[in-house]
Amino acid sequence: MSDVSPVVVERDINTAKMQVSTTEVAVEIIGMNKWFGDFHVLRDIDLKVMKGERIVIAGPSGSGKSTLIRCINRLEEHQKGQVIVNGVELTSDLKRVDEVRREVGMVFQHFNLFPHLTILQNLTLAPIWVRGVPKAQAEETAMMYLERVRIPEQAAKFPGQLSGGQQQRVAIARSLCMSPKIMLFDEPTSALDPEMVKEVLEVMISLAEEGMTMLCVTHEMGFARQVANRVIFMDQGQIIEQNEPEAFFSNPQHERTKLFLSQILH
Amino acid sequence: MTDIAFVRSEIEKAQPAPRSQTGLVAWLRKNLFASVSDTILTIIAVLFLLWIVPALYGFLIGRAVPPGGTVEQCRVENVGACWAYIASEIEFFIYGFYPMAEYWRPNIVFAMLALIGLPLLWPSAPFKVVNAILFFVVFPIASVILLSGGMFGLRYVPTEQWGGLLVTLIISVVGISLSLPLGILLALGRQSKLPIIKTLCICFIELIRAVPLITILFMASIMLPLFMPQGTTVDKLVRALVGVTLFASAYMAEVVRGGMQAIGRGQYEAAAALGLGYWQRMGFIVLPQALKHVIPGIVGNFISLLKDTSLVYIVGMKDLLEAVKTKNDAIEWASPTQSVTGYIFAAAVFWVLCFSISRYSRYWERRLNTGHKR
Repeated sequence: MSDVSPVVVERDINTAKMQVSTTEVAVEIIGMNKWFGDFHVLRDIDLKVMKGERIVIAGPSGSGKSTLIRCINRLEEHQKGQVIVNGVELTSDLKRVDEVRREVGMVFQHFNLFPHLTILQNLTLAPIWVRGVPKAQAEETAMMYLERVRIPEQAAKFPGQLSGGQQQRVAIARSLCMSPKIMLFDEPTSALDPEMVKEVLEVMISLAEEGMTMLCVTHEMGFARQVANRVIFMDQGQIIEQNEPEAFFSNPQHERTKLFLSQILH
Repeated sequence: MTDIAFVRSEIEKAQPAPRSQTGLVAWLRKNLFASVSDTILTIIAVLFLLWIVPALYGFLIGRAVPPGGTVEQCRVENVGACWAYIASEIEFFIYGFYPMAEYWRPNIVFAMLALIGLPLLWPSAPFKVVNAILFFVVFPIASVILLSGGMFGLRYVPTEQWGGLLVTLIISVVGISLSLPLGILLALGRQSKLPIIKTLCICFIELIRAVPLITILFMASIMLPLFMPQGTTVDKLVRALVGVTLFASAYMAEVVRGGMQAIGRGQYEAAAALGLGYWQRMGFIVLPQALKHVIPGIVGNFISLLKDTSLVYIVGMKDLLEAVKTKNDAIEWASPTQSVTGYIFAAAVFWVLCFSISRYSRYWERRLNTGHKR
């Protein structure tokens, strides 16, 4: 199956800065369980993410992959086990939650830009009010990131005036303005028209090239192959299999994984 | 096969619309005489206007007694509106029993309201912060001192003597300025995750909404003193103010909550994921969008609050309508159209106030429309 998943960028990935730390842990999840009411949505999750890792989480819908990364910035609460992010354990203590959220960026399937604010205001709101950055400096940083996602000319527009791909790039830039240590991506390209998927993936690749720790829930297997250093396959709230992308795609072990891959790769 | 293939060789030029689609005749045909039933409706409407407009003109202007006229003129048969009566009693309609020598005090308050309040409503006027402090701190204090007196050598005027438009405006402005923030807090409380706050807010909102305003005003003026320690009295106007404000805030809370429900979960989550705290999430993300959605509802509440102020006659306040009712019985202006004219005048004042609020809200709706522009 190794030659069936398409490449995202037709160039070599610059791996100079893509180093996985052997000592610094970014996220540690120990024996985590979560229920929605009676429904056991995450079961005994154990996961250790080192600084600089690029992890792709795949799996059928309803397998709990989105819920898993949403537990990392506590958009969802877990009921059992431990979640430790940048050395801070997430509990019901709101101060810790805020502390973690300041350092963890998140990109959503539906972008979730603030429609009543301009692009520039979307980018500067959190740095100004959460980090206390002076406005002029926050705007300078915001313009830098807009340059990076290649839409600086849209700064004064409102989100509703941008295309889906542009909105998602703004959403990535918005997270980056908080200079996060970890980035979470929750199906960032699933709501996009096919022709806009690539522009978003390219931004994500360039982010990986700079050594960002990333956890991506995505169906983009080309991205997984080119960028990830680890692919995690989930089903029924459990981690079924994880491996390096090459081995994961060419030699899946678990029956469920084989079935899944046979259905998404043709 | 070739007969389904088609390639356009040149692009058609845009052409002007046919003459029959533009111009006055086309407009008339399209809007007034499009079909037989349209034509019949148009004719009926025109006949109705031909009947009502001259009749109204005759009553309000043609046969009316202008300001400055005498009561004898108002007593002739088939007379129109008696504007002379309004003109001669206008001071009572504006100030109630406020002492005539002290009219300058309410006048200053009216002037302050115009000079401080109006710029606040005008988005591009400068010095918003100073303006807001002036309006929400300095203006109320100055108004209380000026109107009620008893200090700085000003003669004491008890609120029993205040009346007319003065009271209507005081209750409306205070009610409108306080009910929106209170309503927002109640709406947030009702959505809160803290069970005690949530329960308190739900109880308050549902209790107030389930009781007529008249009952609340009665309770405030008659029941409240029974529960208070003996000897303490709360001013009548203050009681009416509290009653009206609480009543309006309960309704406002539900309107605001409706707006908040229109905001998708993604907005809350994106704000939370950026590390914004609760008040920042609400203040910067949720409320600006939610309030925008419900401007018509909020303004509807403002307008009904303004009209509900006329219920304070229940507790013995002489607001504009009650002042008019009082003078409608005045024997020195007794004439066939005296009370009709009085009510028309009161209705006209209320209409001007409410219609201004309504137009102002349309202005904000258009102004805020930028965010959802595609």
